[in-house]
Amino acid sequence: MTVTADHPVLDRSLALHPQVALRPEPFGALAYHYDTRRLVFLKHVDLVRVVESLDDHDTVVAALTACRIPPERHGAFATAIASLLDSEMLCDRTR
Amino acid sequence: MTALVDQLKGGLDAPICLTWELTYACNLECVHCLSSSGRRDPRELTTDEAKAVLDELHRLQVFYINIGGGEPMIRRDFFELVEYSIGLGIGVKFSTNGAFIDADKARRLTALDYLDIQISLDGTDAVTNDAVRGPGSYDTAIRAMGHLRDAGFVERNGPFKISVVVTRHNVDQLDEFQALADQYGAQLRITRLRPSGRGADAWHDLHPTDAQQRQIYQWLLAKGDRVLTGDSFFHLNALGDENLPGLNLCGAGRVVCLIDPVGDVYACPFVIHDEFHAGNVRDDGGFAHIWRHSELFHDLRQPQSAGACASCGSYDACQGGCMAAKFFTGLPLDGPDPECVGGEGEAALAAVDRADAPRPMADHSKPARPVPVALVRK
Ligand code: SF4
Ligand code: SF4
Repeated sequence: MTVTADHPVLDRSLALHPQVALRPEPFGALAYHYDTRRLVFLKHVDLVRVVESLDDHDTVVAALTACRIPPERHGAFATAIASLLDSEMLCDRTR
Repeated sequence: MTALVDQLKGGLDAPICLTWELTYACNLECVHCLSSSGRRDPRELTTDEAKAVLDELHRLQVFYINIGGGEPMIRRDFFELVEYSIGLGIGVKFSTNGAFIDADKARRLTALDYLDIQISLDGTDAVTNDAVRGPGSYDTAIRAMGHLRDAGFVERNGPFKISVVVTRHNVDQLDEFQALADQYGAQLRITRLRPSGRGADAWHDLHPTDAQQRQIYQWLLAKGDRVLTGDSFFHLNALGDENLPGLNLCGAGRVVCLIDPVGDVYACPFVIHDEFHAGNVRDDGGFAHIWRHSELFHDLRQPQSAGACASCGSYDACQGGCMAAKFFTGLPLDGPDPECVGGEGEAALAAVDRADAPRPMADHSKPARPVPVALVRK
């Protein structure tokens, strides 16, 4: 396992999709996409913090750093974020 | 077992899958109706009360509701309530037999955002369908689907759903259902028959046989990726190494619940019985109080005993199946499902007296029509 992650999604500029609502839950949050009607579980409170802060940062890795996620966890976060991007819960940041 | 499933078992701050039956009135009398619908109940929630419930669900951040019945479109305020819900950002999925979807209503439904429609159909031909759902119901559903297609519903809102309860008699039609859905640009949804409502009696003759259970599992593994199931077939996971996609647990009172037409809250749409009654939305504190504090829901969120399933190697995969199915067939709740694919179901059913099984409550079936008697003068 590499310590410094180099997942391509880390350099992307992302945001929560405008049609997605987050609802806090004990385990993290639920994300619901009103267009695709998909429901996704964000299975960790840290992931929720990162997702919520994506919009304030130019890159995913900047958001991870700002949320004080240690570099050795970046790989796991990148995978989770890539899958959220796949399911259109996240989208490219336009601002 | 994943940590997430454990979390879900402990309950959520608000339900994910909330069914709200708007009325017990129905134009049909399906033999397996889970809510024994037929006649309207005079105590049904008024428009204002229903809107107050929606306000509350909005505060709880409920993303969408499943509206059912009875036939929800019978309510005169149906569109008013749906529009109010959508206006609050609560998406609506509703189940209908299609009788009230004419060309005009189809256009009106198409114009709504965040609306999803499930047309119930239990056979790909009139004979198979109407045997369960009543004379003319096949034609009614097909006509409604045609109106939705003509109104451009699919283009604007995405596929509507064709919703099938899988029975002994339509299990061989799964491919045909898929073809029918494709023909209308719709999506197929298949769910498990439970012995709830009038289904308590019909179940014994309608539920798929052991061999058919395997058939459903194989079909879902092979062709199920485009098909919705409401995660209702998780008891089949005991059949193999490969789990069907979706949540593998009984969500009753944990992620699922029912508000019935008179405001009574039950743990799940399939357990309309005092034993699973958690309160009424008209009570102080409303729905939120019930969801968070009812003793019943609290109990359902505790780790449940596996009982007779504890020694079964498949328990992790199947979780002992469906609580409603056990309850209304008279089986202990901490034991195998009546359709246990490990073969325990039949033995369990044989060990109980069917006459002792709890009877579904809140029966709103229409009174039996008098059988015409030919009067012969002697
Ligand atoms: S014995 Fe229980 S856990 Fe095992 S397959 Fe049957 S219902 Fe599932
Ligand atoms: S009782 Fe059955 S139908 Fe209801 S949530 Fe549990 S498994 Fe699903």
